[in-house]
Amino acid sequence: MEPLDRDLEEGLLELPSEPMMLNMGPSHPAMHGTVRIVLELSGEMIQKADVQIGYLHRGFEKMCERGTWTQIFPYVDRCNYVSPMLNNVGFALAVEKMLGVTVPERCQYYRVALGELARICDHMICSGAMCMELGAFTPFLYFARAREIIWDIFEEETGARVTHSFGRVGGMASPPTKHFKDMIRAGVPRVLQLINEGEKMLLKNRIFLDRLEGVGVMSKEDALALGWTGVVLRASGVPYDVRRAHPYMVYDRMEFDVPVGTTGDNYDRFMCRQEEIRQTWRIIEQALDQMPDEGPINIEDPRIILPPKQDVYTTIEATIQHFKIVMEGIKVPAGECYSYTEAGNGELGFYLVSDGSGTPYRVRIRPPCFATTQGLEQLITGLMIPDVVPTFGSLNMIGGECDH
Amino acid sequence: MSKRVLEILKSKFGDDIYETHSQFGDDTAVVNPEKWREIARFLRDDPQCAMNMFVDLTAVDYLGRQTPRFEVVLHLRSMERNHRIRLKARIGDEDANGADIASLVPVWKGANWFERECFDMFGVNFKGHPDLRRILMYPEFVGYPLRKDYPADKIQPLVELRNVPDKLPPFGIDEGMPFGRQTHDYPRGEETN
Repeated sequence: MEPLDRDLEEGLLELPSEPMMLNMGPSHPAMHGTVRIVLELSGEMIQKADVQIGYLHRGFEKMCERGTWTQIFPYVDRCNYVSPMLNNVGFALAVEKMLGVTVPERCQYYRVALGELARICDHMICSGAMCMELGAFTPFLYFARAREIIWDIFEEETGARVTHSFGRVGGMASPPTKHFKDMIRAGVPRVLQLINEGEKMLLKNRIFLDRLEGVGVMSKEDALALGWTGVVLRASGVPYDVRRAHPYMVYDRMEFDVPVGTTGDNYDRFMCRQEEIRQTWRIIEQALDQMPDEGPINIEDPRIILPPKQDVYTTIEATIQHFKIVMEGIKVPAGECYSYTEAGNGELGFYLVSDGSGTPYRVRIRPPCFATTQGLEQLITGLMIPDVVPTFGSLNMIGGECDH
Repeated sequence: MSKRVLEILKSKFGDDIYETHSQFGDDTAVVNPEKWREIARFLRDDPQCAMNMFVDLTAVDYLGRQTPRFEVVLHLRSMERNHRIRLKARIGDEDANGADIASLVPVWKGANWFERECFDMFGVNFKGHPDLRRILMYPEFVGYPLRKDYPADKIQPLVELRNVPDKLPPFGIDEGMPFGRQTHDYPRGEETN
């Protein structure tokens, strides 16, 4: 009897060489956010990737053209819903730049302290979600517990846990509570302790390290040309931090280091985030020490700031003023301006165009992770499918911000 | 932001820089749309400008206020020199004809998605873009949502289930998202009784 393989042609013995198409997302258990990646695979290697976003598009910019300037604060809250306070502050600063006003010093320190708390939250949840997608669920619970402490502080201060809508043009919605400083001084060290504990579980784990180190490398030049900012850019070795390069509010008085990576891989991005949490705590400590206990929070300009509630109920002048600000909006001088701050993911820019009325003519948000996510395609081409998960996780794509 | 970059631009390109201003401290140059890519490339390569960081690209619709209707707005930053500039080009007539401008993808890779978004929202056509398709909206979307003549409460027509024979089920079934818009079967404002 003849052996079987003699009849077979050479070509039939080879595996099929056509690339396989694979659809990952938009709701995939190993990828947070709503993003869809269409992969073209050769075996398990990714030959081509098409990243598709837009599943969370809510027409942020269109809605902003319909209300007053103040009514935008709830919308910016929902752009980056992991660190809404930074968005609030960023938008308030943009409008204040057009109005040409500066908030009192006490308010600036207050904004810095609250914003940096939100930054801790942002970095922590990104790192936590990434390790959860890699199969390490316990550290995520540690980070979620730590976030709970920060959210409690936010709840006490602003009345809301996630979407605060606490920023106002020319100040904040309310002054700091009596226990503001004590609450942070008591709470945040416990947060750092939890982060250390969670980190210990990860950084001595061979599997975790192997999946991060050397995966998803982005060079310095490419990162700049792609418009990357924030932690992902610093992990590639570019020491660009808006707080350092163009100091706003009181950041020029703060002493902090800008952590920079060397290779720009997933491990660097993870470690830069972790280090930045510690630097952020240094900033908060200094802000609390320097923040005056007494003094105004809002600027004193009746065209911008709402009158005290007691006066609105008792005097006709305050009632009219309140009515005009609420119904007609703050009159922002005509023109255009671009204002940028360091948000959780990088440079959050607002390009505002005003025609002099109480309604913005155009509000353009420059979401940092829109630029970051467009680099994903380049990062994962040539890698394997399991590498997509940590690479995507380390970019910290926030659906609400990326999709406007 | 840096005034020096504006001076370099003016001396180099002369009449192609239509106007400049520095309102609120943001240095801005309105340039000839024909020279858009050339000026961008100069800004990147000139050692005194060195705009190696792509920041933002968007558009503004000035319907009924300005005759070239769209203003394409580009923000750039230099990492070495720590300065910024805003470039603007005015294109397109009232019916959005001639809203064409050269793509900047050959200059900065990062322009890719920003230009796609700009095309998606305003219908600005970027000539030479490698992959100009909608990014935030779905392919069947009618109109350009951020134009001033697009009503904010407009309801889009129901999308047919995409039936592409070559595609496998995960691409065919969920792509049309028919469940998402089932309630909008009739156009708004029509008699429903």
